[in-house]
Amino acid sequence: MDKGLSLRHVTISKGGAPLLSVHHDIGPGEVLTVMGPSGVGKSTLLAFITGTLAPDFQAMGEVWLDGHDITHAPPHQRRVGILFQDDLLFPHLSVGANLAFGLQSGGTTTERKAKIAEALDEVGLSGFETRDPATLSGGQKARVALMRMLLSEPCGLLLDEPFSRLDAALRAQVRDMVFDRARARELPVLMVTHDAEDARAAGGVIVTLGD
Amino acid sequence: MLGPVVAGLWGTLLPAFGHLPAAGITGPSLDPFRDLFDWAGLPRAMLLSVSTGLIATAVSLLIVMLITAGWSGTRPFRLLERLLSPLLSVPHAAAAFGLAFLIAPSGWLSRLVSPGLTGWDRPPDLLIVQDTWGLTMTAGLIVKEVPFLLLITLAALGQADARRSVVISQALGYGRLTGWLKTVFPRVYAQIRPPIYVVLAYSMSVVDVAVILGPNTPPPLSVQIVKWMSDPDLAMRLEGAAGALLQLLLVIGALVFWRLGEMAARVIGQRWIIAGRRGRFDAITAQIALGLGTASALAVLLGVVVLTIWSFAGYWGFPDALPDQLTWRNWMRHGPGTMEALGETALIAGIVALAALILTIGCLEAEYRYGLHISQRGIWLLYLPLLIPQTAFLPGLQTLLLGIGADVGRGPVMAAHLVFVLPYVFLSLADPFRAWDVRMGTIAAALRASPNGVLWRVRLPMLLRPILTALAVGLAVSVGQYLPTLLIGGGRVATLTTEAVALASGGDRRAIGVYGLMQTGAALVPFALALLVPAVVWRNRRGLRHG
Repeated sequence: MDKGLSLRHVTISKGGAPLLSVHHDIGPGEVLTVMGPSGVGKSTLLAFITGTLAPDFQAMGEVWLDGHDITHAPPHQRRVGILFQDDLLFPHLSVGANLAFGLQSGGTTTERKAKIAEALDEVGLSGFETRDPATLSGGQKARVALMRMLLSEPCGLLLDEPFSRLDAALRAQVRDMVFDRARARELPVLMVTHDAEDARAAGGVIVTLGD
Repeated sequence: MLGPVVAGLWGTLLPAFGHLPAAGITGPSLDPFRDLFDWAGLPRAMLLSVSTGLIATAVSLLIVMLITAGWSGTRPFRLLERLLSPLLSVPHAAAAFGLAFLIAPSGWLSRLVSPGLTGWDRPPDLLIVQDTWGLTMTAGLIVKEVPFLLLITLAALGQADARRSVVISQALGYGRLTGWLKTVFPRVYAQIRPPIYVVLAYSMSVVDVAVILGPNTPPPLSVQIVKWMSDPDLAMRLEGAAGALLQLLLVIGALVFWRLGEMAARVIGQRWIIAGRRGRFDAITAQIALGLGTASALAVLLGVVVLTIWSFAGYWGFPDALPDQLTWRNWMRHGPGTMEALGETALIAGIVALAALILTIGCLEAEYRYGLHISQRGIWLLYLPLLIPQTAFLPGLQTLLLGIGADVGRGPVMAAHLVFVLPYVFLSLADPFRAWDVRMGTIAAALRASPNGVLWRVRLPMLLRPILTALAVGLAVSVGQYLPTLLIGGGRVATLTTEAVALASGGDRRAIGVYGLMQTGAALVPFALALLVPAVVWRNRRGLRHG
């Protein structure tokens, strides 16, 4: 079984006009950075991989994750985690409930609570379970969003300009945290960004679209 | 949605041409139309229908546009916005009664200034309410259509980038009002056209307001149609059906006339824009508009106040500003009756509004999941049941139901209500539902929530407030329905609205006060709850406080 995320001859077009083509394998713990100015369809590529491509786009090619063809799988069965530039924490749920939403089902209530406490502890937010996500700082939100995603035990990770809303000081810190954890879990990572510094920090192959 | 409308029109068409097997009459013949045209009151009835409809629509549109142009973003405007929900939820019938109790010769306004200013110690002999020209009726329609059009305009403003356009035109030396009319109005009008047509069709064919405030001899065409349709002599239904068809033609004619008016306004407006005048009368125009808007809001609010006073009034002789004593007696006397009607009203409204909400969420969720788009034509389809005058297809629907032996009663009444409730619930929920950030859905799906899981665990809780508001809108629309309840219910379904309107001819102000207030409460309480419940449920969730 091939671990990792493979994009095989993926071509996305809109109304017959091709937007982008990608053919690439991302191994466990590796990062592929897709760069390009806004409007070239970077996010469209991610939508294709999560299975949420809008119907006015046409896509060809296949997406394989850990040896499974997920090209036509429903979004919720793909095991692809994603982080956007906004934290997108569910505003109606507490921090703990947001993490519980992500956490794989199963286990007793006590076990689940323990796992959530452990996840919060890992990112220095111990005891934040009952907090309203709207009262958190930008960096705290980003950390909760990361842990929520990791608790769902994804097999691959997509990053959609994930650090562009954070200020410079926070940026490097959150970025290292995300990449460290992806490497520790041996996750293939696909990041789209227009920020050269993010691309350098990722340390992997860089593909530039739209040239 | 279209089924009942088409069936109803068919059921109107047949008897209009003399075909009503249930009464042993088979056609086709033109006798019903001959009878109709022989009726001496017809020209006046037609004129009333057209004039009240066109004037009410034009004046309320004018008031709303000028207020928005002159005041949007200011403090008085925000106050009006805050009054919008309560103003909207007061049912037409209750607002009409309130207006009557205010401006009648023996009404509250005349009492407040008598005998001090007027010297009247008896009500003057003036025909104000139910005046021959239908002016009071037109005013009654205006006070209810102004908040409706204002709501629609506010929704359209959000997409028109109004603020920046006004800033730019002000920088070019235009007055605020003129600048708004020249830059924002064309965009806003394009969006609010369907609801304006609804207001026009509605005002031309309204029955409950016409019964309460409109003239009697002859009444507007719609009222006369209902009289014919409720006549025990089945043959009168033929004339009623012919009248209903005529009403439909009148509404279509008025819509065409309005459309031509739009085109003329477009030409004139373009010339006005090119002429480049900066607006010399802006300040005074804006003041007048605000005055008219305030007056129309006050007419509804004070109307509810005077209904309340009457419902508690003991002896209240003429020029006294307040009753001699306040008493619970009216409520004791009419309490049991109103409670029964309230139960019926709540049962019908609850089921209908819930059904409309489920259908709406189903449609919108299907649109989201399967990437469907509703075209402009689809929007018109949604408005169609509101554009066809109720008096044109409800009598036909009733005749059809009788013809196939279907029992008139609560079930068919609910189905008929749904036809009118569904569009409003849909229009109320569609924008907030679509404005929800779909990335939330992507995130939730990436966290392995199924499509139903996303809907129930993320989308619906986040949209709790707009959903409850849409439900309250549905309840209020159902509570206010008069004609469907009366006709489809065969007179056997007694809601607060049918009971209140039935009191109109009696003139028992205390009974009207009790029923009118109950009717208002039945529509108002759900709106209050729609604000209160999310505020309590999400009291610890700052991210949802303004959403």
